[in-house]
Amino acid sequence: MTYPTDFKYTKEHEWIKASGNTATIGITHYAQESLGDIVFVDLPKPGAEMTAGKTFGSVESVKAVSDLYAPASGTVTEVNGELATAPEKVNKDAHGSWMVKIALKNPGEVNSLLSAADYEKFVAEEGGH
Amino acid sequence: MPAVEATTPTIRKTALNAVHRQMGAKMVEFNGWDMPVEYPCAGGIIAEHNAVRNGVGIFDVSHMGDIRLQGPQALAAVQHISMNDASRLAVGQAQYSALLYPQGTFVDDVIVHRLGEDDYLLVINAGTREKDFNWVRDNTRQFNCKVENLSDDFTQIAIQGPKGVNLLQKLTDADLGVVKFYWVTRGTVCGLRNILIARTGYTAEDGFEIYVPTDEATSAMVWNKVLEAGKEFGVVPCGLGARNTLRLEGKLPLYGHEISDTINVWEAGLDRFCKMEKPEFVGRDALLKAKSQALKRTLVGLEMVERGIARDGYKVLDDGGQEIGYVTSGSFAPFLKKNIALAYVPPQFSNLGSNVKVEIRGQGVKAQVVPTPFYKRPKKQ
Repeated sequence: MTYPTDFKYTKEHEWIKASGNTATIGITHYAQESLGDIVFVDLPKPGAEMTAGKTFGSVESVKAVSDLYAPASGTVTEVNGELATAPEKVNKDAHGSWMVKIALKNPGEVNSLLSAADYEKFVAEEGGH
Repeated sequence: MPAVEATTPTIRKTALNAVHRQMGAKMVEFNGWDMPVEYPCAGGIIAEHNAVRNGVGIFDVSHMGDIRLQGPQALAAVQHISMNDASRLAVGQAQYSALLYPQGTFVDDVIVHRLGEDDYLLVINAGTREKDFNWVRDNTRQFNCKVENLSDDFTQIAIQGPKGVNLLQKLTDADLGVVKFYWVTRGTVCGLRNILIARTGYTAEDGFEIYVPTDEATSAMVWNKVLEAGKEFGVVPCGLGARNTLRLEGKLPLYGHEISDTINVWEAGLDRFCKMEKPEFVGRDALLKAKSQALKRTLVGLEMVERGIARDGYKVLDDGGQEIGYVTSGSFAPFLKKNIALAYVPPQFSNLGSNVKVEIRGQGVKAQVVPTPFYKRPKKQ
């Protein structure tokens, strides 16, 4: 799996694609693979505030519940409603299935996150391979 | 820094552990065992689950324990320690039963197989192996029968689903057509003679469990031959994830969840497997007394009405938000495509259609009491 180089990544396995003052957020391919069949995605409503490092929702596989952690602070502007009825899309295309779009509070915050290469290195170590 | 633990308990492995790993199974620790939870090569839990409902899937269930009671008073011993009536078993027949504490709560649930005239095999849960064996041994001392722990003597493979019979028939000379559900036979399987074949399972589906020698080479040979023979039926290897969702759809209890040492038989709703007409068994007196008193809680099936998945341990609330009970098992149900759960609630909330809520991340999410089992396999034409 290749990780898009125009995304940034967290150690909690979210990706964020920033463009000016806005950003799109989802979970990584590695995350969906570890979770297995995703059957439920719980997301905030537009207008909700997100704080970097804090949970903003959750994603559930058949077996487990995982929290979603905000890669950056901001206000939710849009939610991918499609995932409410078709959460399995995250398994099929994790990097194409965005979860929320936010207005960034501090666009510079994104720069401190992991690059694609750093993230790949990180999951290689975490996976123990 | 946390203190280093003096003893790290060793994780146990079944004889098929290397096979699972080779197949790329995701492994988890379950009751001290390193077990496959799902096989990405099979498509994962949902695909595995539906393969069992529609075709056939196979499971390594060697972590299950086995206790054999043999001797002139084996029946009397089994009758004393289990709640079902083993005197009704013909040779070759099996029954669902449970071992109880004197207070009428569960040591474990078991399948009792009558293998011979005075020969009984109890199949018990992985997490309760030692406890069960000690309990059986201690409570059968007064009987003239030998009690053996055979837990490490078998690789137990479950072949489950409507096509299970077709699959296994390809590999054995035993006529499986005459083996009814909850009966056992013996036959040559994959060239191995005198293999115990039981038409039992934990999936709410037709199927078999075979007990083969526990050495790695033989175990792997059988596992691979079963997969090979099952290709035409679309067989997939299945892990504990699918095993759990399959048993949940069928409302089959899991120790530590629906049944435990603090839950009694009446609460768990297992009345039909508890034969009070038997004059004596451990737990009977307490159950007799409990029967005359009103139930404090009862096990119900819930279906989520609003979006959300109830999980083990979540609180059940009444309409007004008051805590009334708890979820014992909850999941997305892959075949039914609904979010379902089993829960203990006071009897006044147990009527079908009763509206309750499940607390999910601080929110009361609407659920309804529905008939169980959630899934019942279609009758054969």
